[in-house]
Amino acid sequence: MEITTTQYKNVDVIKMAGRLDSSSAPKLTDAFKKLTDAKRYKIVFDMSEIDFISSAGVWTLMETQKECRKLSRGEVILATVNDKIVKSLDLAGLKHFFTFSDDITEAVGNL
Amino acid sequence: MDNTAENYQQKTFAGRYDRLAEIGEFIAQAAKNAGFDEDAVYTLQLAVDEACTNIIEHAYEGEGKGKIECICDDDEDELIITLHDWGKAFNPENIPEPDFSVPIEEIESRGAGLILIKKIMDDVKFKFSPEDGNILIMVKHKKKEEE
Repeated sequence: MEITTTQYKNVDVIKMAGRLDSSSAPKLTDAFKKLTDAKRYKIVFDMSEIDFISSAGVWTLMETQKECRKLSRGEVILATVNDKIVKSLDLAGLKHFFTFSDDITEAVGNL
Repeated sequence: MDNTAENYQQKTFAGRYDRLAEIGEFIAQAAKNAGFDEDAVYTLQLAVDEACTNIIEHAYEGEGKGKIECICDDDEDELIITLHDWGKAFNPENIPEPDFSVPIEEIESRGAGLILIKKIMDDVKFKFSPEDGNILIMVKHKKKEEE
């Protein structure tokens, strides 16, 4: 499982593929932490190639969202998320903590 | 009761997070064979992933400490998924349900797995004995044909 980070002027795009579960979540946490440690809080998470996410993965996103939203300094946008994942976030009662976008470029532009 | 190989599947996995994908595939296959649609196959995998993560984290208190036995019993009206571990007693029902209606900074990162299990499954039963460990039985009803 590969995680890539692409840096734009004010925004970073993180992309990973496959399953985001208890096994892969720590690696994603590290990738997000590298950004927030560098005081980069505007992040688009490209989920187009993620086909499964468990609560371990959701907590990685929640903790990053918490960190980014402090002092209104940023936001994590979940981009190109598949429908089943959106439904499961809703089922867990955590969907309302996230902003969604169907388009990576638009998400980058909106941050 | 006819437990042919087709409608009764049993497999044992190491209690490690890197085995969750394999457990997911096992469950997905059983759910597809039982006639569930794509959305239900996904959520059943999710419920089992959450339950197995809890087993590793709470019953075994870490990875590589013991096995997880998964049994899928495809009944006429329901799919019964049983997870069996030999760790310490862990009854998911004893865990208080978190409140996610509070602001994000007050959210503690726990408890979503149990919410998912309860919402996805129609029935969840738990048994523990010191000899036999934890047995978690999760039942999903099959939708009736269009009436």
